[in-house]
Amino acid sequence: MDQATGSTRRKLLVLGNGMAAGRVLEELFARAPSRHDVTILGAEPRVNYDRIMLSPVLSGEKKFAEIVVHDDAWYARHHVDLRKGETAVAIDRAAKTVRTASGSVERYDDLIIATGSRPILIPVPGADLPGVVTFRDLDDVEAMLAAAARGGRAVVIGGGLLGLEAAAGLALKGMTTTVVHLMPTLMERQLDPNAAYLLRKAIEKRGIEVLTGANTSAILGDGKVEGVRLEDGRTLPADLVVMAVGIRPHIAIAKDAGLEVKRGVVVDDHLRTSDPDIYAVGECVEHRGACYGLVAPLYDMARTLAAGLAGEQVPGYAGSALSTKLKVTGVNLFSAGDFSEVDDNDEVVLRDPSRGIYKRVVLRDNKVVGAVLYGDTTDGSWYFDLLKKGADVAELRDTLIFGQAYQGGGVLDPVAAVAALSDDAEICGCNGVCKGVIVQAIAAKGLATLEDVRVQTKASASCGQCTSKVEALLAAALGDAYAAAARKPMCKCTDLTHEEVRGLIVSRELKAQPAVWQELGWKTSCGCPSCRPALNYYLLCAWPGEYRDDAQSRFVNERVHANIQKDGTFSVVPRMWGGLTTPNELRAIADVADKFRIPTVKVTGGQRIDLLGVRKEDLPAVWADLNAAGMVSGQAYAKGLRTVKTCVGSDWCRFGTQDSTGLGVKLERFLCGSWTPAKVKLAVSGCPRNCAEATVKDFGIICVESGYDIHIAGAAGLHVRATDLLGHVETEEQAIEHVAAVMQLYREQAVYLERVWKWVEKTGLEKIRAAIMDDHEGRRALLLRFKKSQRAVQRDPWAERAAGRELHEFMPLAVLTPTKRMAAE
Amino acid sequence: MSDFWFDVGPLQAVPLRGARVVRTPRREIAVFRTAGDEIFALENRCPHKGGPLSDGIVHGRKVACPLHNWIINLEDGEATGADKGCARAFPVKLENGRIYIDMSVAAAP
Repeated sequence: MDQATGSTRRKLLVLGNGMAAGRVLEELFARAPSRHDVTILGAEPRVNYDRIMLSPVLSGEKKFAEIVVHDDAWYARHHVDLRKGETAVAIDRAAKTVRTASGSVERYDDLIIATGSRPILIPVPGADLPGVVTFRDLDDVEAMLAAAARGGRAVVIGGGLLGLEAAAGLALKGMTTTVVHLMPTLMERQLDPNAAYLLRKAIEKRGIEVLTGANTSAILGDGKVEGVRLEDGRTLPADLVVMAVGIRPHIAIAKDAGLEVKRGVVVDDHLRTSDPDIYAVGECVEHRGACYGLVAPLYDMARTLAAGLAGEQVPGYAGSALSTKLKVTGVNLFSAGDFSEVDDNDEVVLRDPSRGIYKRVVLRDNKVVGAVLYGDTTDGSWYFDLLKKGADVAELRDTLIFGQAYQGGGVLDPVAAVAALSDDAEICGCNGVCKGVIVQAIAAKGLATLEDVRVQTKASASCGQCTSKVEALLAAALGDAYAAAARKPMCKCTDLTHEEVRGLIVSRELKAQPAVWQELGWKTSCGCPSCRPALNYYLLCAWPGEYRDDAQSRFVNERVHANIQKDGTFSVVPRMWGGLTTPNELRAIADVADKFRIPTVKVTGGQRIDLLGVRKEDLPAVWADLNAAGMVSGQAYAKGLRTVKTCVGSDWCRFGTQDSTGLGVKLERFLCGSWTPAKVKLAVSGCPRNCAEATVKDFGIICVESGYDIHIAGAAGLHVRATDLLGHVETEEQAIEHVAAVMQLYREQAVYLERVWKWVEKTGLEKIRAAIMDDHEGRRALLLRFKKSQRAVQRDPWAERAAGRELHEFMPLAVLTPTKRMAAE
Repeated sequence: MSDFWFDVGPLQAVPLRGARVVRTPRREIAVFRTAGDEIFALENRCPHKGGPLSDGIVHGRKVACPLHNWIINLEDGEATGADKGCARAFPVKLENGRIYIDMSVAAAP
């Protein structure tokens, strides 16, 4: 038919629309854009996406849209006829046609089989129960996410790359997760037992149970999955079972057509099958006896095949050396080549237990044949490069294990280290992009940002682990011009950074959010949930008493002065100044708990009492009762001062040097009220025994005989960090003045949501010390500004709300019944 | 027909870029008011874990659920981005500054 319309294009038919197929077409169109009419039969009902990035989609770190490789526009632009959800069922080699599941028949001149692989289902009873999924495509991920949303327990069968990534994702989504692995160590094909041990520790630290040497004998359940039974008789309860034990090339259609198949579809070095008009590429092929399940070899094959289809004479595909990285955030793991224990192998090992680092490079005849890196994988691509080249490393041997930066004498900085790589060193393992390609693209196309490089070369566009190397290449090529471009916009509504927006709010005297949106060219009509609370804070901080707080730009907790819980009820925490309370307060709390049937009363880590499970409409009445007993909001919801934890100090303690409780109460009364970039917690300890744990607080004071040590920048949450000593003062008044001044400096300088320790690390302790301890005039100015901000806010939000301010927040707009209508107003 | 449009209150009773709740025998309905004074009504349950959407931050024609920050489209209740799920949307109209809900739908199963 093409001939009839005068077209001389060859008809190229592709079976499968996965990563291999997508890459072949991309390489083909780059070489010979108008040589073929292309039709794709894709079994999945969607466009081509980056399958190896399904793990971050599962863990929630990426969205599906971010992993799409070719969108609909791409297919349209290249005139590709993509049939989504259409499966090929038979090839008629004589007629050169393919029949599809829907009954249509497609003619071809050239046929590419890119059917990929299928997950292996272990043949145990119950393997077909609803709730048993594999980890292969987006549908699997969606099934897992749906299961995770319901919570409960997940069992992942298989402790290889996919199984561990699935387990990490499910655990992150809140499921109680167990990995069941047949072999004695995790990822035994890629890791030696030492690295596997470190990996296991890291996986277990995420709350994932790991069972090795465990053979699944049955999946249990009546109508749906309920558990997994192991051969040793143990039974694991499960609401979801993920089978990730491996993949098998999907060769049925090739086999039925009489093509030569073994484990995979057999191809020669030009990816040709036993039929010269039929090619195969990707995970479905067997080449020189090897089948591949990683992405780099697919891309090597795609390049060779595309060049052949474009009519170029190219050397054939010669197989791929493999390297592996695990895409689990926070676990750095690299493995390449052979590291089995063989007599003629020689090896160099480095361990740094305190930093959790293990490196092992295996040598044979002075050549690198394998490398396992755990904890620090910076040099993975260097070792892999040496391995692929078969370079003689006899000269480097003494310093080989320290990595590339230590070669040639001095320590190279990261930019110089990447610059020192050879042009054919691989930077991006996911997409097979070498350094030379990136450097050339930067120069030829004038690329200036990481995003440019991703679009033009694909380097760093997939898993992102090579991002720092790509950035180093940009830095090497562009010098200071690149550093200036390395900036993080506040959110998708603007290209300005947090710091720039803050600066402009002050310099252009912008005093309302609509003014900011208008003057600074916001791209959205009224901001987003990320920038609105930040702007609200910056405006409050810049114009105290002048800017009117916008309740609708606050997270619900701050809007209703209580903390929302998983069931939509709230928790209420009254202040207990410095952790002190009285029998009257306790009686009032007990009465409130009884009166409003509050289900849980809990003592918090900040030395006060939490009333959990309060219905939203009861909040004003709860506050009114607490107010009547003299209690005010503890601001446990606030980005502001939360608690000041104290020990009993010189009042009671035989070791106490000062009145730590009294100072804590004074600090809490003086500092509470003003909003800060993130929550702020304090503690005051009466002696260096530090019973109040002041050295892990945002600000901590440790009393000593000679006065007060002021500490700063501790943390004991997601991140744990001991404080730094800011300085020493002699009196209580000085202590309060210094803490208030540094609090104001933090309020004025830190980015919204940035905790004190992050701000201190970003700014540098010395700078802050100079501003607070040495610059006496500056400190007093800070103190005055803090007092000014306090004038506007130091009143009890509960009392105002209990008295009726914005009462609508707690009342339904209307209560409707079919017979009666009652509008609230 | 028009008998089923129930007056639930004036537009001003819903904060700009905010929401209020309407209780019906069968369900709670969140009534949203955008910066452009448009009115939308969704069941007050996030499709993710049932969070009260009326407590979320309203931006454009979307609301961010207060529990886990799912972004829900006010027009049809669909979750946006990679999140999948839908909060049921209900017919709502604004006439002479007052908000009406169609109880023939809101009260049905």
